[in-house]
Amino acid sequence: MAPLTIPLGHFLSVAAILFTLGVLGIFLNRKNVIVILMSVELMLLAVNLNLVAFSAHLGDMVGQVFAMFVLTVAAAEAAIGLAILVVYFRNRGTVAVEDISLMKG
Amino acid sequence: MLYGLIVFLPLIGAILAGLFGRWLGDRGSHIVTCGLVTASALLSVPAFWFVAIQGNTQIVELFPWIISGELEASWALRVDQLTAVMLVVVTSVSAVVHWYSIGYMHDDPHQPRFFAYLSLFTFAMLALVTADNFIQMFFGWEGVGLCSYLLIGFWYHKPSANAAAIKAFIVNRVGDFGFALGICAVFFVFQSVEFDAVFEAVPRFVDTEIEFLGTHLDTLTVITILLFIGAMGKSAQIGLHTWLPDAMEGPTPVSALIHAATMVTAGVFMVARLSPMFEYAEFTLMLVTIVGALTAIMAATIGLVQNDIKRVIAYSTCSQLGYMFFACGVSAYQAGVFHLFTHAFFKALLFLGAGSVIHAFSGEQDMRRMGGVWRMIPMTYALMWIGSLALGGIPLFAGFYSKDIVLEAAWGAHSGVGQLAFVLGIMAAGLTAFYSWRLLFMTFHGHSRASHEVLHHVHESPPVMIVPLLFLAAGAVFAGMLFAPLFVGDNHGFWGDSIFVLASHTALEEAHHAPLWVKLLPLVVAVTGIGTAYWMYIARPELPARLAEQHRELYRFFLNKWYWDELYDILFVRSARAIGTFFWKKGDEATIDGYGPNGVASRVLDIARRAARLQTGYVYHYAFVMLIGVVAFVTWYLFIVGM
Repeated sequence: MAPLTIPLGHFLSVAAILFTLGVLGIFLNRKNVIVILMSVELMLLAVNLNLVAFSAHLGDMVGQVFAMFVLTVAAAEAAIGLAILVVYFRNRGTVAVEDISLMKG
Repeated sequence: MLYGLIVFLPLIGAILAGLFGRWLGDRGSHIVTCGLVTASALLSVPAFWFVAIQGNTQIVELFPWIISGELEASWALRVDQLTAVMLVVVTSVSAVVHWYSIGYMHDDPHQPRFFAYLSLFTFAMLALVTADNFIQMFFGWEGVGLCSYLLIGFWYHKPSANAAAIKAFIVNRVGDFGFALGICAVFFVFQSVEFDAVFEAVPRFVDTEIEFLGTHLDTLTVITILLFIGAMGKSAQIGLHTWLPDAMEGPTPVSALIHAATMVTAGVFMVARLSPMFEYAEFTLMLVTIVGALTAIMAATIGLVQNDIKRVIAYSTCSQLGYMFFACGVSAYQAGVFHLFTHAFFKALLFLGAGSVIHAFSGEQDMRRMGGVWRMIPMTYALMWIGSLALGGIPLFAGFYSKDIVLEAAWGAHSGVGQLAFVLGIMAAGLTAFYSWRLLFMTFHGHSRASHEVLHHVHESPPVMIVPLLFLAAGAVFAGMLFAPLFVGDNHGFWGDSIFVLASHTALEEAHHAPLWVKLLPLVVAVTGIGTAYWMYIARPELPARLAEQHRELYRFFLNKWYWDELYDILFVRSARAIGTFFWKKGDEATIDGYGPNGVASRVLDIARRAARLQTGYVYHYAFVMLIGVVAFVTWYLFIVGM
């Protein structure tokens, strides 16, 4: 029995939707820096999904290996991001996006 | 050698005291400057003997100075009779003033500077009177102007002194501009600035014309008028006289030396020195006479009502300078220089006497707060009497001889302007006597109007101030008597070639044959003036105030000095200020700064501000820009690949 295969287009569509959600999460979010971090994660996952989908589709394992690397980097990035966030909260008492504008010219 | 020493010794003194005063100290500066100027004064006596009495005039070439194309001027000392007379006047009065200043300035903290300026002035004045060409004369002319400026503003912490110094400098600039133009014209016409060469060429240029801006003007008239404008500025003649009364802000010895005896007479000296040119310019001579006569009467009327003791004497100086000029104007240069000679002594005496009075009254200059002290300062009182007697023209005193010969010469000219000068001169003589005795009576007689404290301190000046005054007093008494036969006597041999008078100009000749009433009239009006002063200030002291009340307008007119300062304020000061403000605000600030540095800077600032507004500081904005950038790069990449 031929396995029920999901066409590549579906994967890409889901990934595109996730990526767009991530982008919008960054732009439309006015509340919290943590949401931005989450959005960045979301975008990375969308890209991972693409890598894995193409890897399966093309029968090349390099894509899946690369996805593992991305996951690792994402985990490290999330750790550092959250650490910065904690320090920032300690210093400023807030992590609201509106208040983080020290670089305003 | 002798003449070189006379001229340059004061310069050495000035350099020593000016540059090394810090090490010499006050006492050292006194010794150096007074010693060298006194040496110069002593040397000028034999110089006078050789030159004026024995007639050994000479020109001492020192060194070439300016050689530029046709213009050649060498530094030379022209020592003739006129110079010899001026040498004696300048060096002796200067020496006396130096000595007097030791006492007068004894508690001033900047004495080396003061004495350096005085000596430098003496040098510049000597350079002026020994000049052998126009350029050298101009050097001395500007030198004395500079020293005058420095000394008027000597007390630089007083704003009024600074203002007076600047005023003197600027008003003199007007005159000096005329002088400089005159020198240019001389060079243009004669191709030389040497006196001998020019004087020799003058007769050839009579009735020639020069073209200027399309108008044809008489050569000699133009040149002499320009030169005379210079003389008017330096000698404070009507129109350019406004600086002289203000110059009294300087220390009193300065007023005596510069603004009474020497510098202000430079104009008279110049006219006498250039007599070979002025003689051929009839119109200029007329102008000189009119200006002199008007100055004499104007300054005398102002002197009547002034209350500052130094200002009275200053206006008196102005008036006497007018006498000298109208004497020159009627071709009686000898009489003019003779009056200059005697005036130097008695006016310096009056000024230094006034300084002694001010000293006694602890710095008070207003005569309304003096009076009744003649017993307390008898020497000063006596000396002021001698000075006033000489100024008033009382027989046997110096002023009698010189003023009378001036007035007789004006009468003897037998010309319209001569008559005008004679009438105005006689009137001014009466006024002179009046204000001189008004000064004496207000200062020394009547009830004292000084405060108790001041009155308590009234004291005679120290010998170092009185002894020099005695010397000047001797000059004020004897200078006229001794030198009248020599300077303006019947034989005209004394002046040699130094003063040139056309044979047709016989004013001085006629003066000796003036009728008795002309000879007596000055004395009569002088005595009348003294009597009036006595009547108004001793016998009936309430009279002056009533008179001032009755003739209110006239009184105010005189008190405000004929409104010259106000007139100039409106005509020149305010308009100059308005023009200046226009160029400052509109030209410099609005146009040059507005479009130049400030404009560029503010445009840069505008752009930078707009650029800064891009930096919102919000994380999502940066992220957005990054994303847009990525999209743009990707689009561009795809587009390139697609091609």
